Amino acid sequence: MQSFDYATPKSAEEVATLLAGKNGEAQILAGGTDLLVQLREGRRQAKLVIDIKNIPELTQVTFDPQNGLRIGAAASCFQICSDPNVRQHYPGLVDAVRLIGGVQIQNRASVGGNLCNASPAADSIPALIVHEAVCHITGSNETRTLPVEEFCMAPGKNAMRPGEFLTSIGVPVPQGNFGASYLRFIPRSEMDIAVVGAGASVVLNAEGKQFVSARIALGAVAPTPLLASDAGAFLAGKAVTRENVREAAHRAQAIAQPITDLRGTAEHRRHLCAVLVERAVGKAIERAGGQYAQ
Amino acid sequence: MPSKTHVTATINGEEVEFLCEPHQSLLEVLRETLGLMGAKEGCNNGNCGSCNVILEGRLVNSCLVLAVEIQGKSVTTIEGIATPEGLHPLQQKFIEHAALQCGYCTPGFIVAAKALLDQNPNPSEHEVREWLAGNLCRCTGYDRIVKAVLDAADS
Repeated sequence: MQSFDYATPKSAEEVATLLAGKNGEAQILAGGTDLLVQLREGRRQAKLVIDIKNIPELTQVTFDPQNGLRIGAAASCFQICSDPNVRQHYPGLVDAVRLIGGVQIQNRASVGGNLCNASPAADSIPALIVHEAVCHITGSNETRTLPVEEFCMAPGKNAMRPGEFLTSIGVPVPQGNFGASYLRFIPRSEMDIAVVGAGASVVLNAEGKQFVSARIALGAVAPTPLLASDAGAFLAGKAVTRENVREAAHRAQAIAQPITDLRGTAEHRRHLCAVLVERAVGKAIERAGGQYAQ
Repeated sequence: MPSKTHVTATINGEEVEFLCEPHQSLLEVLRETLGLMGAKEGCNNGNCGSCNVILEGRLVNSCLVLAVEIQGKSVTTIEGIATPEGLHPLQQKFIEHAALQCGYCTPGFIVAAKALLDQNPNPSEHEVREWLAGNLCRCTGYDRIVKAVLDAADS
């Protein structure tokens, strides 16, 4: 592996100072499951690796009923999935995060890193989008917040400017009769990359028979994960019927721009979009305590 | 060239000090500096599990950990699994079930299985298979490995 210096700052301010001093030649290390592979293969360069795991603010998962969930950028998948508040309030996120890699990867990989790596097929991103998550970003002079659906720009490229880094991911508290889910298609059951991924969240009315709102997101069918705004908006105010969900799935399918690669053909991916969205919305409805009208 | 870093850690219950460069993986230092050759380099990118060790009680791929990251931490490798009295039940059951052919993946499987049994002493076959999904074996077809782990859990 290429040589680099290694720093273990104790605060976010210190990270910002280190980044500012290295003019784009520093890399942030959380779990290392992407970064170390990329450095080894020469796909990324670093003169300085900044390990952020010694900063409590960046490694904690905290929840409060007003402000919701805050996932430190370096919190591991294991830590997130075993958090009782995450399990109770954020089922779509749990679905997605527990699919990332095997046990060894889960113990190290962070959701913050999954996001920063900006893979079109990242499992956590569609789930974060349907949970309306935001990215908290710090630079040397300012902090800013960006919705997750605006964070990825292209494969491997995110919206952060030089000198900025992700400190945490914020996720609001679900309101009302809420349910969410994430599904992916892969040829085997573990340790694979999504051919297509689909996330859905719904809020149902008190009787569980009408959608108050819905969000649908897709992974691995475009250069970045996609929020299918039109598909979600279509469901708002509609009855909870299979026909309506199928129509939303077709609207989500319509924004996919899949490619053909070793994991699947564009045609197969387009087909999977509709199937997975319909099932993901169905699961979200079930979790929201609703069911399809007979 | 960055200077070497001094690291103190607990490895298999003993305090160990070593010097390493920041870019060296824990796997590299275990094998080449500390002479612990049990963890194997397979893929060197986190897919095969043959370099598995237990870091602070959690199973990790030592190829995806920098050696400098273990400062002040505790690591268990395959060399720390048996006791002076004898083999760990997992090692014994791997022998009895002939759960290996070439043996290259075996240390990783045993360390991974130990991490499973430490937190779930009585796993189902499905749980064993799911847990071991991050370990690759190109000889056995996995069946004997799964049986050995289930048998070790029973004993």
